[in-house]
Amino acid sequence: MSLPPALASAADSATHPLPRSRRDLFVAFTLLALQGFGGVLPIVQREMVERRRWMTQDEFVEEWAVAQTMPGPNVVNLSIVIGNRYFGLSGALAALAGMLLVPSLVVLALATVYSRFSDNARVAGALRGMGAVTAGMIAATGIKVAATLNRHPLPLPVTATLAGLAIVALAVLRLPMPGVLAVLGGLGCVLTWYRLKP
Amino acid sequence: MTGGLHIVLTWHDWIDLFAHYLVLSLMSVGGAIATTGEMHRYLVEQHGWLTQQQFTDAIAIAQAAPGPNVLFVALIGWTVGLNAGSYLAAVLGVVVTMVGIMLPSSIIVLLATGWGHRNRELRAVRAFKQGMAPLVIGMLISTGIVLGSANRDPANDWPLYTVSVVAALILWRTRIHLLWLLGAGALVGALGLL
Repeated sequence: MSLPPALASAADSATHPLPRSRRDLFVAFTLLALQGFGGVLPIVQREMVERRRWMTQDEFVEEWAVAQTMPGPNVVNLSIVIGNRYFGLSGALAALAGMLLVPSLVVLALATVYSRFSDNARVAGALRGMGAVTAGMIAATGIKVAATLNRHPLPLPVTATLAGLAIVALAVLRLPMPGVLAVLGGLGCVLTWYRLKP
Repeated sequence: MTGGLHIVLTWHDWIDLFAHYLVLSLMSVGGAIATTGEMHRYLVEQHGWLTQQQFTDAIAIAQAAPGPNVLFVALIGWTVGLNAGSYLAAVLGVVVTMVGIMLPSSIIVLLATGWGHRNRELRAVRAFKQGMAPLVIGMLISTGIVLGSANRDPANDWPLYTVSVVAALILWRTRIHLLWLLGAGALVGALGLL
């Protein structure tokens, strides 16, 4: 049995927890931004979907599609979308402030300290190690959300091929993102559009 | 971060800087990091407000620090201000560059999501949100691969690759807190194994 996606997500949001206030949003995004070394996206997925359960895996992928295709930093866009979803404009501002305010103070403080230790081999090594872990975390986030393709309107062989082509284009051929986004993203949208035919 | 650069910024320069970041914001599809080429041309080559070293340091530090990558913009604004001679100017630099890079794109995102939410039952809106999913997943995995193989030098970088793959497997298969993984990565690196 499978519900149409709109109904399924309505049923989900009836059962999963929601942020209680704008302060809740601000604190949540401050904490998750402070855990994101080299990239916040894996943390957003972990916190929003797996720990706080404010959104489902499918909702995460859908909002991420919006955040990714708009101008602006992707994870910051995502925080705006999520904040706006629960409390409108003020929610978006709360989430945005959480994402940027405290972390920017931390970055400025670190830059001041770092200027004294930049030649230290241990510090440089630790940064390299954290960078490698971050790369693995981002890839793992992609593998995790790939499970949502099982519930996609298009058959799995089609969606898996599209995802595979994206990996070849971006990671192997290193083609520029906007073109890949337009061609493969556009193809995915058109195919899905035909499949959703009423 | 102190390269010994001393510059003078007039009010006209500050407004020019702000206007430039407003335009960069509109061009930043794929993230602010995608506009670093243009930022470099404007700040380092055209105006000489930052040294080459200061520019690359700002990006490297922001990548290593917690928080969204866009904070490298805050660091660039801060350094431009310090070059202009005071902490007050540095704070002004952060405000001017960050508000500039965030304002236009955030307004667009808000308008687009508002419209999308009101029309969420439209076939085109559902097709867009769901149709992008395979690409979104491919893009995430690619970003991990590209970041993990930045030097493209397997003979020397295989320990780094190993760390990335092990981290990916652990994160995929367990619910361990991410900070443990980052701490382990930092430890292995600090011990000189990478």
